[in-house]
Formats: sequence, structure tokens, C-alpha cells
Amino acid sequence: MTEFIVQTFNGLTFAGIIFLVSSGFTLVFGVMRVTNLSHGAVFLLGGYVAYSVIGGHTGNFFYGLIAGTVAMAGLGLVVERFLLPWLHHVEMAELLATLGLVYVIDDVSLAVWGGNPLSINLPGVLGSSSHLPFRHIVYPNGRFFILGVALLVGILLYLLLHYSRIGAIIRAGVDDREMVNALGINVRRVFTGVFVLGAALAGFAGVLGAPVLGLYTGGDTNILLFALAVVVVGGLGSYEGAIVGSLIIGLIDTYGTAYFPAISYTVLFIPLVVILLVRPQGILGREAMA
Amino acid sequence: MIEVEDVHTYRGINYVLQGVDLTIPDQQCVALLGRNGMGKTTLVETIMGLLRPRRGEVRLDGRNVAGRPSYEVARRGVALVPQGRHIFASLTVEENLTLGARPPLDGHTGTTWKLDMIYELFPHLGDRRRNRGGQLSGGEQQMLAIGRALMTNPRLLLMDAPSEGLAPAIVDRVGEIVGQLRGEGLGIFLVEQNYQLAVRSADTVNILAGGTVVWRGTPAELDAVPEVREQHLGV
Repeated sequence: MTEFIVQTFNGLTFAGIIFLVSSGFTLVFGVMRVTNLSHGAVFLLGGYVAYSVIGGHTGNFFYGLIAGTVAMAGLGLVVERFLLPWLHHVEMAELLATLGLVYVIDDVSLAVWGGNPLSINLPGVLGSSSHLPFRHIVYPNGRFFILGVALLVGILLYLLLHYSRIGAIIRAGVDDREMVNALGINVRRVFTGVFVLGAALAGFAGVLGAPVLGLYTGGDTNILLFALAVVVVGGLGSYEGAIVGSLIIGLIDTYGTAYFPAISYTVLFIPLVVILLVRPQGILGREAMA
Repeated sequence: MIEVEDVHTYRGINYVLQGVDLTIPDQQCVALLGRNGMGKTTLVETIMGLLRPRRGEVRLDGRNVAGRPSYEVARRGVALVPQGRHIFASLTVEENLTLGARPPLDGHTGTTWKLDMIYELFPHLGDRRRNRGGQLSGGEQQMLAIGRALMTNPRLLLMDAPSEGLAPAIVDRVGEIVGQLRGEGLGIFLVEQNYQLAVRSADTVNILAGGTVVWRGTPAELDAVPEVREQHLGV
């Protein structure tokens, strides 16, 4: 039972990280219909940037968190403004170009940070562990921190989406972009904002997740796989779907790895197959996406 | 005033509009009739800036807006009630109405629409203001689409097939509203399959066939040419 509780905490922490990644991924798809395959690479690059800022210069985790987030927001801005317009909304071109970007980011990362796994440590009390008041469980404070931050960001995003004008425009854009435009709203600017927000979230998650997941070559495709699993389960384009999907995928993957390590990928992908068979649009997805 | 001059528009590879000329004066109701597939919606979307014409001009008070993004056309006082209504299904009724809300342009004469006035015009929407757009009936969605367009305080309303798929009583209601808005000085471009609704409301009727306007006149003149109605409208 103690083991199960610990694994549940682990699963929730992991769910928090993949939620931050997949919420940006799903919003970008929902509003822009762009499947951004470089989302995982942006996640990893954010972590690498933070590693340099923390290790090389400041020693401060929070400077790293800010640097990784802002740098990836900037990268998102460049991609949205200068790469995507070349592709004229051709889906296959967008898939290939964002996939190509993955290779570019991977190679640059390899040249700058090398091929050895790196790690970021959480500072001060966050780097140590606490005795929980039941069952003598000792659990790292940092994981609670990660979970708490993911929860906070999730709530802030929810409030932004549901109680602000820009949020209403984003939700309306998911429903019907052309109609938003026809109401006198410059959807192009909203696109840029959402894409930058998505990249910033990925970078932020990359830094926040680095103390748990580490920074290693291939970490980008790994996290992208989880983001794709989340949106398949939750529904592509649905923010609430990203929350539900992250919890399901985060917990299943953690339990699978802990209890059935030999077949952990099978354990992860069986619910995916079931969802695709029973409800192909995902738990909270729409019937048909125009 | 909108002047459409020699507009040619493709939809994908299909050459739909093949030289359309049409004028929509301020404060008048201009109807566009024609059979299915003749390009009525393509013309509306070209005027609104949702489709870019290959050739020709769409002039708004003398300024060519062809190929400009539709948000610019909207900000110059044109509002769209699209075919199929295109309600934001996941937004509440009230969010649908306030999303594009804007004060009128300078020199606006008619009503300045506000939320409570829309609810007065369509009491059903007021009752359902917290419901999501996707939960409304077809008739309510049509009222919401009209209300949403009015909230942008346009000078000209493009209404594409507003009676489509509605019960006869609600079609009558749409006709009343068109008349009322026309009376308040709003210009209306009414695209319809419903012949009765169009001729009841319009100052001028245009018939679109084969990608061009093949007939133009008043409702009374159209009434006098049964062969035109038979050939192009089947009524």
C-alpha cells in the first residue's frame, strides 16, 4: 500500500509535467490546426537553456525557469512568424517542417550540451525530502513543488480561457476561426499569441521536469509521445481534455512502469487503443473537427 | 455602399463566380436569389473577405477591399450572418453576443445595439444567456447569429440563407426582423432560397446563375416575369 501511494504521487507529478506540455500542444492545434511536432524538442531545449543559466552563471533554479520559458517563447515567436507563413496551412508541409525543426534543435543541442545526460537540481529545501504524516513515507519535496506549480498553471490557464476576453476569443477560435475573423477580430494575432504561449509552456515544463526526468538526447521524442497520447485520450484541441488525459496517461504510465516494467509501453497504449476504438475523438473531444 | 465589380472567384479548383456585378446601397435591402450551387455563398464570402477573388473589385464606400482580411471588412461596418449559422458552440449565448461587440462607426444613424436590446428583440436568448451555443435549437441559433452580427453595430448586414432549415413560423419571424432592421436604416444583403421571404423584404432582387447576375429588378417586376422565375428559381 505504501508503495502504491508513492507511485500515485509519482504519477501525479508526471501528469503535471505532461499536462504542461500537452496543454500547449492541444491549444495550438485547437486554434491553428497546426500539429507542432517540434513541441517536444522545445520542451527539451528549454531544459538545456535552464541548465546553462543555472550551472554556468547564476546557480539559481528560478532564473533558469524564467530563462527557459522566455527563450522558448522567443523561439515560438520566430517559428510562428517566419516558418509557418511559408507553409500556407498545408498540413503535410507543417508536419514535415516542424519535424525538421526537431532534427535541427537536436543537433544544435548535441553540439552545445553534448550527448551525456544532464540533470538540474532543485534548490534548498526543494532538493530534500520530507516525512509524510502517515505510513512513514519519505517523499521528495521537489515533486510536490512540481505538482503544485503544474496545478497553479493549470488553474491560471483555466481562468484565462474562461474568464477573459482573450480566452473567449481562443475558445471561439477552436470552434470556428473564420467566424471570429468575420466578427472583426484579427485572428492572426491570436494565433501568434497562442503559439508563443504553447512554446513558453513547453519550455517551462522542460525546466520544471528536468529535476525528475533529466535532460538527455531523445527526451524530446519521448515527451512528444506522451503529449500525443494525452491528446488522443483527452481529445485534440480540448483544454479540459488535456487535464483529464494527463491524469490518465501520467498515472497509467507510472503504475505500468512500477508494477509491469516488462510491458510498461503495452500497459500505456492499451487504453489508447481502447479510446480510439470506442471514442476516436477522445474523452472530451468534438465529434468532427472541421 | 458596396459595389461588386466584375468579380471572379474560385472555390478550390472550381470557377464559381464568373464576372459578378452588383450594388448594395446603404439602407436598402438587396436580395440575391438563385438555385443551389450557383455561387450565392461564394459571393457573400468574397464580399466578407473570407474568399479572395481572382479578379475584380469589392468596393466599400469607394475603397477596394477585395483580398483584404475579413476582420478589416468587418471593422468597416459589414457583418455576416453566415449560412449554417456558425454559432460558437462551446461559448455561452452571452459570450457569442459580446465577442464581436463594437461601438458603431462615426456617422452611424440607426440603432446602437447593446446586449439588453438584443435580449429585448429575442427574449428566448435572454432566457438562455448562460446556455452554450451548441445547446440551442436551430431557430434560436439563427436569432443568435443575427444578434451576434447586430452587436458589431454594422451598417450592412450580409444574411446568407437565414431561413434555411427553420420551421415556417420561425421563417416568418426572420422575415419580420429583416423588415424591422431595414426600417431602422440598416443595409441588408439577403441571400435566400426562400422566394417569398426574399421578395417580401427586398427593394431590389438579383438572380445569380452560371456565376453571373442574369436578372435584376424590383420584386414587382420579378412577379411579372414568370418565365424568369420558372427558369432560374423553379417557382
